[in-house]
Amino acid sequence: MAKSAIKITEGNKTYLMGEQPLHVLNNINLTIESGDYISIMGPSGSGKSTLLNIIGMLDQLDSGTYQLLTSETTTLSEESRAQLRRQHIGFIFQNFHLIPRLTAFENASLPLMLAEKTLSKRHQIVEPIFKQLGIAHRLNHLPQQLSGGQLQRVAIARALVMSPNILLADEPTGNLDQASGHEVIELLEQLNQQGITLLIVTHDKAIGKRAKRQLTMVDGQITTDTVSQTSKSDE
Amino acid sequence: MRLSDNYHYCYLALIRHRIRTILLLLAVAIGVTSVLLLTSLGEGARLFITQEFSNLGNQVMVVLPGKKETTGGSVPIYGTSPRDLTIEDADALSRISTIEQTAPIIAGTALVSYQGLSREVITIGSSTAFFHIRNLSLSRGQMLPQTSNVRASAVCVLGFKLKQQLFGNKTAIGQWLKIGGQRFRVIGLLEERGESMGLDMRDMVIIPIRSAESLFNAPSLFRILLTLKQAGSEAYTEQQIRAVIAKRHDGEDDISIVSQNALLTSFNKIISLVTMAIGAIAAISLIVAGFLIMNVSYVSVSRRKSEIGLLKALGASQSEVKRLFLTESSILVGLGVMIGISLGYSVVFIATQVWPNFPLSIPWWATVSSALLAFIVGILFSWLPASIAAKQDPVIALRGY
Repeated sequence: MAKSAIKITEGNKTYLMGEQPLHVLNNINLTIESGDYISIMGPSGSGKSTLLNIIGMLDQLDSGTYQLLTSETTTLSEESRAQLRRQHIGFIFQNFHLIPRLTAFENASLPLMLAEKTLSKRHQIVEPIFKQLGIAHRLNHLPQQLSGGQLQRVAIARALVMSPNILLADEPTGNLDQASGHEVIELLEQLNQQGITLLIVTHDKAIGKRAKRQLTMVDGQITTDTVSQTSKSDE
Repeated sequence: MRLSDNYHYCYLALIRHRIRTILLLLAVAIGVTSVLLLTSLGEGARLFITQEFSNLGNQVMVVLPGKKETTGGSVPIYGTSPRDLTIEDADALSRISTIEQTAPIIAGTALVSYQGLSREVITIGSSTAFFHIRNLSLSRGQMLPQTSNVRASAVCVLGFKLKQQLFGNKTAIGQWLKIGGQRFRVIGLLEERGESMGLDMRDMVIIPIRSAESLFNAPSLFRILLTLKQAGSEAYTEQQIRAVIAKRHDGEDDISIVSQNALLTSFNKIISLVTMAIGAIAAISLIVAGFLIMNVSYVSVSRRKSEIGLLKALGASQSEVKRLFLTESSILVGLGVMIGISLGYSVVFIATQVWPNFPLSIPWWATVSSALLAFIVGILFSWLPASIAAKQDPVIALRGY
C-alpha cells in the first residue's frame, strides 16, 4: 500500500454569499493514497470544486487540517505554500487559463521559469511533453491560434512540466467537444498509470465512472465513496 | 524567478500588448508634458514681467505735489496742495549732491493741429532730462533744447502715432504746427514704443517746460522726475528733498515722494502673485496628470488579476508577483516620463524659436516634481492592485474580479 498523499481531517469552509453564510465544506474527512485515480461528482454548489482548490492550495480551509505528502499545510507560510504548490501539484482548469500573449511553449514553461530553470533546460523539459501530448508542432503558436483540445493539452503540459505527484483537474472536459474531451481523459489516465495521483472533478457521470475511486458530494459533504472493482484503468 | 526572466516576462507583456503599452505611455507622457508646458507658460510670464520692469530705468524717484494720503490709488496720484511745485523747486532739487538729473513735468491736454487736421492730445512740458530718465529715443531730429528750463521756445517733439496722423508719410521735421493756438516747430520724432508706466508715448507731444508754462498759463508742476547718481541713496535723498522743499514752502512738508523702493514693493507684489499663480497651475496640472496616470495604471493592473491568480496557482510567491508588476510599471512609467520630458522640452524649444520675444522657460522644479509624481503615482497604483491580488488566495484572483 502506498503512503497517503493527501489527508484532510474535519475540513470546514464557509463562504459569505450576500448575508447568508454558505457552508461549502462541512466537516470533510478524506484520505487519498499516492497513485490513486479519483473522481469527485456532484451537483453545482456541492463544494466539489472548492475541495479540489483546497487540495491544490489555491484556497484555504477555515478550520481542520490538510496534510500534503509529509507537510502540514495549514500552518505553512505563504512562501513555502507557493513552493509546495510548484513542486507537487499540477492544476488543470476548465477554461484552461492560458495567458493570451504568451505562446504555447511560454505558457507551458511558466512553472519552470518560476522555478528558476534556464531557457535551454525549459526546452529540454517542455518539448518531450509536447511530443507526448501530440502538440509538438504547436510550440510557438499563440493560444488564439489553437483549438480547444489543443489549448487543454497545453494546459496539461504546463501542469506536467514540474513532474508533480498530484494532478488536479477541475472539469477538464467542460469546455471541449466530446471527441477531444475523451482524448484528454485518456491522456490523463495514461499519466495516472505512470504513477501520478489523479483527481478529476466532473459533472459527467460517464467520465466519473471511469475512476477507480468515486466520490459524490452533496451540500458540502461526501455522501458516497465507492471503489469500483473493475475500473478501466485496471484492465 | 531569475532576474533576466523577470525582465523578459515584462518585456513580453509590454511588447505583445502594444496598444495597451502605447496608451499607457501616452497617458504618462502627456501628463508630464502638460505640467512642463503649463509651468513654462507661467514662468515665461514671470520672466516677461521682470524684463519689462527692468526696462523702466533704475534709480528713479518721483516727487508729487501734495501729501499722499492713505486712501489708496495707484501710481499717478493727483495730490492737492495749497502750494504747488514750481520749476524753481525743481532747479533747487537738482543741486542736491546725490541727484543726477531732474525733469520737471507740466502736463495737460491741448489741441494740436496741422493744416486741416487736428487732434486733442496729452501735451507734456519738460526738459532734456525727461528723455534720458524715461529712456526715450528719437527716430529722427533732436531732443528739446538744453535751455528748456530757462526760457520758452517754440519747438516740439512728436510721438510716433501723432506724427502719422498729422503728417502721414510726409516729412514732419521743420514743419510748423499749432498747439493750443500757439505755433511750434517740429524738431524731433519719438521712436515707436508702447506704453510706459501707463503713458502712451506714441500719442503725445513734448514741448519745453517754459513753453508749457505759458501755454497752460500755470506754473504748477504735475510732478518732478529724478534720477540718482548711485543706488542705495534713496533714504538720504528723500530726506534732502523734503528739507529743500520745506525751506522753500515756508516750512511745510507738502510733497509726496515715490521711490524705486515703493515701485519695487508693488512690483514684488505682482511677482509673488504671478509666482503663486504658477504654483497653482503646476499643482492643478500635477493633480490632473496624477489622476490620469493613477487611473490607467490601476485599471491596467486590475484587469490582469486572473493572470496574477494563475501565476500564484503555478507556484509564484506573493513577492515574485509583486516584483513582476513593479518591474513592468517601472519600465512603463520610466519610458513615459522620458518621452514626456523630451516632448515638453522640444515643444518649448520650438516655441522659443518661433516667438523669441516671449521667454518660455521650464522651471527645474517642474521637471523634477512631475517626474517624481509620475513615478510615485504610476508605481503606487500598479503596485497596489497587484499586491492586493497577490495577497488573495489564487482561487479568488483567478476569477478575475
